[in-house]
Amino acid sequence: MSAPATHAPAPHHYTTLGLDSRKVAIWAFIGSECMLFVSLISTYLIYKGRSVIGPFPHEAWTDPATGHTLRPILNIPVTSASTFVLLMSSLFMVLALAAVQNKNLPKRTRGERILGSSKLWLLMTAIAGTTFLGFQAYEFTSFVHEGLSIRTNLFGSSFFTLTGFHGAHVTAGVLWLLTLLAIDYRRGLGPRDALLVDIAALYWHFVDVVWIAIFTLVYLIK
Amino acid sequence: MDNHASLTNLPDSAEAHAHAPGGEEHSHPTWSTYWKVAVILTLITVGEVWAYYVPSFVAGRGFVPTLLFLSALKFAIVVMFYMHLKYDHRLFRVLFTGPLLIAGLTLLALMFLFGHLYIKM
Repeated sequence: MSAPATHAPAPHHYTTLGLDSRKVAIWAFIGSECMLFVSLISTYLIYKGRSVIGPFPHEAWTDPATGHTLRPILNIPVTSASTFVLLMSSLFMVLALAAVQNKNLPKRTRGERILGSSKLWLLMTAIAGTTFLGFQAYEFTSFVHEGLSIRTNLFGSSFFTLTGFHGAHVTAGVLWLLTLLAIDYRRGLGPRDALLVDIAALYWHFVDVVWIAIFTLVYLIK
Repeated sequence: MDNHASLTNLPDSAEAHAHAPGGEEHSHPTWSTYWKVAVILTLITVGEVWAYYVPSFVAGRGFVPTLLFLSALKFAIVVMFYMHLKYDHRLFRVLFTGPLLIAGLTLLALMFLFGHLYIKM
């Protein structure tokens, strides 16, 4: 006779080191993602300064055919603002994780209630991620209007590929955060769910550290 | 023991949750640590952007190494404190730093072969 069906949650799977296998998996995934992004960054750096025609990232360029002078295409103030937003999103994410972990603790003051609201911090992180994507959409659109597309030159190809891949990762992260937020509204996230949020947080912070590298290597170093 | 400890002074228990018997456990950052880290990251970013707008510094030999150092510092701070790698099991450190090291060496090799560090044989 077969055993009766059960709807109890599956037990956690621990490795022989006593570590949750899901957390081992996300770190292994992040390690592989490091290789992906370093390959894209390598491609960008190798092609840097080798574009025959403009627009260029840091130098003005005069089109010999039309005589039009195109200014340096990178907009550092806008990108600095988007970098700040992404850095702050990492802060919101750790606050969301801490709020989930400490959900059962009493909140005596208004400040503690704010700090202990996982919904607030998950929402703030998602909003910050979406704002970053908005900055990126604005940047891409303005580049295309100024004559730089993925097919224009080596800079355009490597730049749009690198930052586009990063933007796709941010988009996936925002969707992940919104899913967690929906779960939080539906049944509430508590200390038992902390690992789920921790894994999402690790992914989100990884997206942040990749941008830290991109911001310096692509935008700031001339 | 005070069962009603202040929420803001409680250690982050992410790793306590993740660590089953056999895992390493250490003390973890508090909320105030997270805020301080955010301020430090912001200040470093402001410093980077400020350096970009100083022509004499940009023209000097120290510009690129300084930016690379500041970027690496921000990278390390986020990984150690926000990703908790400083407090986590060493297997996670290996899983992250191993591929990162391989990727970094690959980047250097490619730069020597095809990039701006090209050496004529």
